[in-house]
Amino acid sequence: MTSDTPARRRARVFSRRRGAPSRARRRLGAAVRMIAALALAGGVYTAFAPGAFAEDTVQLSAVAQEGKALYDTSCITCHGRDGQGVEGRGPSLIGVGSASVEFQVGTGRMPMTRQEAQAEQKPPQFDDAQTEQLAQYVQELGGGPELPEGPLVEDIKTNPDALARGGELFRVNCTSCHGFGGGGGALSSGKFAPGLHDATAEQLYAAMLTGPQNMPVFGDNQLTPDQKKQIITYIQLQLQQEKDPGGLFNLGRYGPSTEGMAIFLVGITLLVFTSLWIAGKS
Amino acid sequence: MKRRKMDLAEAPKTFAKGVDDRFQAATPLRGLLNKVFPDHWSFLLGEIALFSFIVLLLSGVFLTLFFDPSMKEVPYDGSYLALRGTMMSAAYESSLNLSFEVRGGLFMRQMHHWAALLFMASIIVHMARVFFTGAFRKPREINWVIGVLLFLLGFFAGFTGYSLPDDGLSGTGLRIASAIMLTLPVIGTWLSAAIFGGEFPGELIIGRFYIAHVLLIPGILLALIAAHLGIVFKQKHTQWPGPLRTNENVVGERMFPRYAMKQGGFFMAVFGVIALMAGMFQINPIWLFGPYRAAEVSSASQPDFYVMFMDGLVRLMPNWQIYIPFGDGYSIPPMFWPAVVGLGALFTLPMAYPWLEARKLKDKRSHHLLERPRDNPERVGIGMMSLTFFVVATLSGANDVIADKFHISLNAMTWAGRIGLLILPPLAYYISVRICLGLQQHDRQVLAHGVETGIIKRLPNGQFVEVHQPLGPVDDHGHPIPLEYAGWVVPKKMNRLGALAPAIKGFFYPVEKPAEIPVSPAVGGPVKREEIKSGR
Repeated sequence: MTSDTPARRRARVFSRRRGAPSRARRRLGAAVRMIAALALAGGVYTAFAPGAFAEDTVQLSAVAQEGKALYDTSCITCHGRDGQGVEGRGPSLIGVGSASVEFQVGTGRMPMTRQEAQAEQKPPQFDDAQTEQLAQYVQELGGGPELPEGPLVEDIKTNPDALARGGELFRVNCTSCHGFGGGGGALSSGKFAPGLHDATAEQLYAAMLTGPQNMPVFGDNQLTPDQKKQIITYIQLQLQQEKDPGGLFNLGRYGPSTEGMAIFLVGITLLVFTSLWIAGKS
Repeated sequence: MKRRKMDLAEAPKTFAKGVDDRFQAATPLRGLLNKVFPDHWSFLLGEIALFSFIVLLLSGVFLTLFFDPSMKEVPYDGSYLALRGTMMSAAYESSLNLSFEVRGGLFMRQMHHWAALLFMASIIVHMARVFFTGAFRKPREINWVIGVLLFLLGFFAGFTGYSLPDDGLSGTGLRIASAIMLTLPVIGTWLSAAIFGGEFPGELIIGRFYIAHVLLIPGILLALIAAHLGIVFKQKHTQWPGPLRTNENVVGERMFPRYAMKQGGFFMAVFGVIALMAGMFQINPIWLFGPYRAAEVSSASQPDFYVMFMDGLVRLMPNWQIYIPFGDGYSIPPMFWPAVVGLGALFTLPMAYPWLEARKLKDKRSHHLLERPRDNPERVGIGMMSLTFFVVATLSGANDVIADKFHISLNAMTWAGRIGLLILPPLAYYISVRICLGLQQHDRQVLAHGVETGIIKRLPNGQFVEVHQPLGPVDDHGHPIPLEYAGWVVPKKMNRLGALAPAIKGFFYPVEKPAEIPVSPAVGGPVKREEIKSGR
């Protein structure tokens, strides 16, 4: 091998490259390609799919962490660790969304006093900021419906039809439980549809969106966001404002049952006393 | 030329003479104006119904001027924003316009509705008075039957009127009426189709109900009311027993002027109460109900209170359906029993009651003196039993509202109604009979022993006795001679003794001051009153 100069060696190397590679090299190359492909597939998989231990590593936002702290002291008994629910006590909160939390906690229904047919409305146990923290926590747990941004009540100056359309939608969708006056009504076995007289626009929207307690869900495919806003417009501008032509007292707008009571308690009572008075003058 | 002398003071006399010369009215009119009516507050309850019927006629005529009984679909274009652009029947549109566009229209509508409720409520109260005092006995059975018919007609007048505005609530009521017709075996389908002109709701029903409501039913009502009053006139009003009152006479006030003035005043009071309620309390806010759509049924859809007992019975009825495998197969739905059989029984049984009672008591005499309720405990028991039944059924008609507002389970309300309907009436019968017997016994006790004086006397042997003031004469031993019960109030307090009623009159405050005790100048001081002593 006297002719082994660097130039020739280089030529030899190149010639080998151009020729068929050796068996060892072939195997080495296959192994490298295999590892690269696996790494790529695994990398793509880990990048796109949640891993088995994703929950342990999920990073809650600062607000949600505050919410988690509240959750772990006030809600965990029934709804379980990380909102997974407890059999026979409380449902899972994965996917219920922040709208649901804002309604249930914001109206004082949650935390529940006791297990019964339906949670009663009561003074809220958490203030607005705490409610928002809880809502954020539940939202980050598993997503779900959220309240939209922007005003929830239509401006009837710019959109005069909203009130009448809302009234029609209200009568089709809501009166069968809440009554034509929005005073609420009884359902079976101690359940009930609450009165709507003190409900805020956010609560009304959240209730339609999430279907709390025994209320059905009116998803955006059943009542579009615009239709929901029209219903809220009707409730807030017509039913809640005590616009009652025809009297100082609307008798609760419960229909003939309170009217029948009024005729005996007021009409007949007044007139029986009048007849006592007139007959006493003899 | 001499001016003809016109004496104003003589004018009524000459006018009256002119009338009498032509129509010979003086003799019958004298009899009429001098007719005597007994006076008691409970006799005025029927007048409430009469006067509210007059208000109903007056306000109803006003409403007909603006109401359009047509079911043609029109878009609403009135001033109530929340329905603008909605398609609705012309009947509903005209009712809305009546409420919002016609001056005073809403007030008149509310007056009409409150007057209707008052009409029915006062009929119930009046019937209770007539029943519990035995005023329906011979010779007045027919007038009692007419009274029950008046309630039934008022029931239908109210229901047809409730249906006319064609709003969501009245349409739901009509749907129930159509369902009740459909429950009739064999003829149900035909009947419903004939009345609605085909399948419910059709396009005819408002027009038909309109004629029934403004012409047929009020016409019959008016005729029956005239007959009712005419019979009272002919048979004379009953009176309570009391001093100088017998089964053969009537003690009271002449129709003119006192009785007529009182009645005039009472009409004003009834009118005033209706107007007050119409102005203060909202009734039937049809604009909230929306136009009737078969798909829209609100919770708390109830009929007016006088129909509610039927609704309640329907709600309480268990789901017992009877299938008859005959021909094509027939079925009797559960609703048939409360709504058809029940309603029929609830109106025919009261009508037959006067004869049933007379038959049981073997009583064929005519009665013009009333009986105090305590003197006929069984009648009171039956009356209270029926009233309890009516009240439980009526409350059950509103059981969803009660369940919701008092936080009771609706299922519990239904079962409470079912059990209450069976248990409470007999209980009411038992309790009221016992109360009547107790009151009777106490009256007789006072008549036998005298009024309690509150004086406790101790006898030499240490025994304590209460001293009674005898109401009548006493025998040689100082014991009162028992008096017979006369069917009227027995004085039970010392200051109620004596032939005269208490000196102070007036309902809210004494209008007369009690008479001063006369002071004789010779004695120089008031006459000393004698202290009540034990008498022994």
